[in-house]
Amino acid sequence: MFSGFMVNTWIAATMVAVIAGVVGFFVVLRGSAFAAHAIPHGSFGGAAGAVLIGANTILGLGIFAVGGALGIGWLSRRGRHDVATALALVLMLGLGALFLSFSVEYAPAVYSLLFGEVLGIPAYDLLPMAGLGLACVLAVLVLYRPLLLTSITPEVAEARGVRPGRIETAFLLVVALAATMTVPVVGVLLMFSLMIGPAAAARTFTSSPSRAIALSVAIALAIVWFGIAIAYVTNYPVGFFVGTLGAVSYGFARLWTAWRRGRAARPSPGGHAVRLELTAPQLPAAPRGR
Amino acid sequence: MTAPPPGTGADGPILSVDGVSVWLTGREVLHDVRFRIMPGEFNGLIGPNGAGKTTLFRVILGLQAATAGSVLVGGRPLDRRNPIIGYVPQKVFFDPDMPLRARDVVGLGLDGHRLGIPLGWSRRRQAVDAMLDAVDAHHLADARVGNLSGGEQQRVLIAHALISRPRLLLLDEPLANLDIRAEGEVVALLARIAREQRIAVLISAHDVNPLLPVMDRLVYVAAGKTASGSTEEVIRAEVLSALYGQHVDVLRVHGRILVVAGAEGPSGVTVEETDGAALAPGIVSLR
Amino acid sequence: MSRVLNALFAPGFFGSGPVRAAVVVGAVVAVVTGAVGVFTVIRGQSFAGHALGEVGSAGGSLAFLSGTNPLWGFMGVAVVAAGLMEVLGLHRPRSRDLATGLVLGAGLGCAALFLYLDATSTTSTGVTVTILFGSLFAVSQPVLPSVVALSAAVLVVIASCYRMLLLTSLSPDLAAARGVPVRAVAIAYLVIMAVAVSLAAETIGAILATALLVGPPATALRLTKRPGGAMVVAGLVGVAAVWIGIVLAYDSYYWPPVDHGWPVSFFVVAMVFVLYLGAGVVAALGRARRTRHVAAPPAMRESGCEPHVDADAA
Repeated sequence: MFSGFMVNTWIAATMVAVIAGVVGFFVVLRGSAFAAHAIPHGSFGGAAGAVLIGANTILGLGIFAVGGALGIGWLSRRGRHDVATALALVLMLGLGALFLSFSVEYAPAVYSLLFGEVLGIPAYDLLPMAGLGLACVLAVLVLYRPLLLTSITPEVAEARGVRPGRIETAFLLVVALAATMTVPVVGVLLMFSLMIGPAAAARTFTSSPSRAIALSVAIALAIVWFGIAIAYVTNYPVGFFVGTLGAVSYGFARLWTAWRRGRAARPSPGGHAVRLELTAPQLPAAPRGR
Repeated sequence: MTAPPPGTGADGPILSVDGVSVWLTGREVLHDVRFRIMPGEFNGLIGPNGAGKTTLFRVILGLQAATAGSVLVGGRPLDRRNPIIGYVPQKVFFDPDMPLRARDVVGLGLDGHRLGIPLGWSRRRQAVDAMLDAVDAHHLADARVGNLSGGEQQRVLIAHALISRPRLLLLDEPLANLDIRAEGEVVALLARIAREQRIAVLISAHDVNPLLPVMDRLVYVAAGKTASGSTEEVIRAEVLSALYGQHVDVLRVHGRILVVAGAEGPSGVTVEETDGAALAPGIVSLR
Repeated sequence: MSRVLNALFAPGFFGSGPVRAAVVVGAVVAVVTGAVGVFTVIRGQSFAGHALGEVGSAGGSLAFLSGTNPLWGFMGVAVVAAGLMEVLGLHRPRSRDLATGLVLGAGLGCAALFLYLDATSTTSTGVTVTILFGSLFAVSQPVLPSVVALSAAVLVVIASCYRMLLLTSLSPDLAAARGVPVRAVAIAYLVIMAVAVSLAAETIGAILATALLVGPPATALRLTKRPGGAMVVAGLVGVAAVWIGIVLAYDSYYWPPVDHGWPVSFFVVAMVFVLYLGAGVVAALGRARRTRHVAAPPAMRESGCEPHVDADAA
C-alpha cells in the first residue's frame, strides 16, 4: 500500500491531518463546530455547480466554501450566530440541489465527494493542496494571538483595537481554505470530524495551547493514517473511520482523564456562602441569607 | 509593550467625563454624566443593575459613542493604540475545558491584540511571572483557567489588565459572583495595587459596602443620572431620591449602608417600621 | 381573474394528487417545525436540530434499504442521537455544539459504512442523494395519517411543557432555583426536536427540515418578542414558504430547461431566506421609527408578564 499512487495519498493525508489538527484547535476553542460542519458541507453545492459548467470541482468547492464563510459572517452581524450558520448552509445546499437536478451524470462522484476517497489523489493535485495548506497554517500563525484573545474576552480585544467580528470572519475563511484542501480526501460530510475530534481529545490532556495544538495534530495523523490503511485493505470509505474515530478518541480522552482524576482525588472547591445583599430599592429591605 | 504617554500632566485628572449622554434604541440610558478621577484614586461606580454602569464603561473605553459630551483620558481623547486604561470585563469565557493556563491569559494582556505568535519567550515569561506574583496568583500559573475559583479567576484577569502597565484600571462588577471572603480579598488586592503603583481604579458594583473601607470617592448611577463625590456627600436620601426620581431612604446599620425605597414610594416594597413610627427621610442612625 | 390564476399556477396544479399531498404534508410539517424551532432558536440549538435531521435521514434511508418503515428508522436513530448528545454531558453553550458535532460525525461515518455495505452501489448513491435532498413531491399518501398524528402529538407535548420549556430556555439558573428539572427538560426537548425533525426530514428532506426549523422561527422572533406569538408567526411563515415553493416548483416545469422542473427544496429554501431578510428590514424600520420618538424618563423596571426574547442576541 505504499507504492505508486498510494504515496500521493499518504502525503495528502498527512497534510490534511496537520491542517485539521491546527485549525481544529481553534474551532473547538471558539465553539465553531457548526460552522466547521456547515462550510465543507455547503461547499458540496459548489462542486455540483462546477460539474454543471464543466469546471474544476475543487474550484467550485472553494468558491462555495469561501462564500459560505463570508455569508455566515455577514448574517451573524444581523442575527444569532447559529441561525446565520444554518441559513447559510441550507442556502448552499439548496443551490446544490438545483445544480444537481440539471446535471445528468454525477452519481459515482457524489459518494466519494461526500464520504472521502482514498485512491483519488493525482500527483498534480498535491502541489496546489500543499499551497493551500501552507496558506492555512500561515494564516493561523498570523491570527494566533487575536484568536486567543477574542476567544476569552472579546470586549477587552475590542478595547485594544481588535475587531472581534473581523477576526471571526477571517477565521471562518481559514476554515473554508482548510475544507477546500481536505475535502477530496476525507469528504464533505466528515471533514469537520477531523477538525473537532482530535482537538477536543487533545485539550482534555493538556492545558497549554501549544501542546494542545501539537497533540491535536498527532491524534489527527493517527486517525487519518489508520483510516487510509484500513480503507486501502477493505475498501471501506475513509469517512467512516474519521467520523467514528474522532468521536471515539474524544470519549477515550474523557475516560482517561476521569480515571486519572479519580486516582489523584482532589477536594472540590468549597461552596460559596450566600452574601448579605444590601442593595437598591427593588429588593425587599430585610437582609437575606445566612 | 506600551509605555504611558509622556507629559500627560501628572497632576491633571486621569479620567475626565464631561456631560456625557447616551441614547440607545430610543431610550436615554445616560444623562449628563460628569465626574473626574485623579491619578491613584480609588473610585467606585455604584448603582443598581441596568442603571447604565456598563454603558458608561463602554463609552470610556471607546466602544460606544456618546450622544453628547466628552471623555478625556490623561488629558487627551482616548487613543486605542496607546491605551492607558486596563479593563477587567464582566463577561469572560472561561470554560473548564479550555486549554489555556493562567499564564497564557496574563500573557495575552501583554500582546494579545497584536498579530502573530508571541516571541521573546523568556522576557515575556518573566513579565507574566512577576505580574502573577503581584496578584498572589503565582501558584496558579500553570493551572487551567477554567478550573479556578471565581476569586482566583478574578485575580488572573486583574493581572491580565495590569501587565500592560495602565494608569487607570476599570473593573466591571468584579465582585458580582464572589463569596464574601473572595470579595474581601479582591478589594484588598486592588487597594494595595492602587496604592503601591499609583494606579487609579474605577470599580463598578451594585453594592457599595464591600468598597467602603478603601474607596476615596464614588460615582452613584441611577436611572441614567449620576452624582459624584465622597461617600458622605453622595449617599444621602436627598441626593439619591433626586437620582431615582422617587422617595429613597438611606439607612446606616453597624457601619454599613442600606438604600431602600421609601415608605410612600410607588415601588410597593414593604419597609420595616421601627417602634411603629414611619421612617423619616434622610440619614437615620439605628442603635 | 382566471387569467391571473393561470399565470400563477401552471395547468393541472390543483388537480394533481402529488401536489395536494405535498401541500398538506408541507403545511403540517411547517407548523410543527415552526413551533419547535422557536425554542431551538432561543436555546441556540440550531446545530443540534440540523444534526438530528441529518442523522435521522441516514437512519431512515438505511431502514428503507433494509425494508423497514423509514419513518421509524428516522425517528429511532434521531432519538438515539439525541440521547447520546446528552450523555456526552457537555452543557455549556460552546461545548454543546461540540457534543452535537461528535455524535453527527460518528453517525454520518456509520451511515457511510452501511451505505457502502449495501450491495447495489448505484442504489446507494441514489439513496445518498436522497439523504441530503429529499423530495416533497415524492410523499406517498399512506404516510399522511401517521405524520399528522405525530405532529399533533409533538404540539400537544410542547403545549403542556410550555412554561417549563420557556423558563429553562430563557433563564436556566432561575429555573433551577425554582426547582424545575433543567436537565430533564433539556433531554426531553432534544427528543421532541428529534421527532419533529425526523418527521420533516422524512417527508421533505433534511435540508428543508433544517431550513424550516431555523428560518421561520428566526424570522418570527425578529418580528415579535413574545415566544407564544412567535410560534404562531413561525408556523405561518413556514407554511407560506412551503406553499409558494411548491407553486414555483410546479410552475418551473414550464421554465427552461423545459419539462424538467427545478427542485422544490431550492424554492422553499430561497423563500425562507428571502422572508428572513425581509423580516430584518421590517425590524430595522421599526427600530428606526421607535428611536425617532422622544423617550420618557427611562423606567427602572420592565413591565409586562410574558418574558421577552431578544432574537438577535448572539
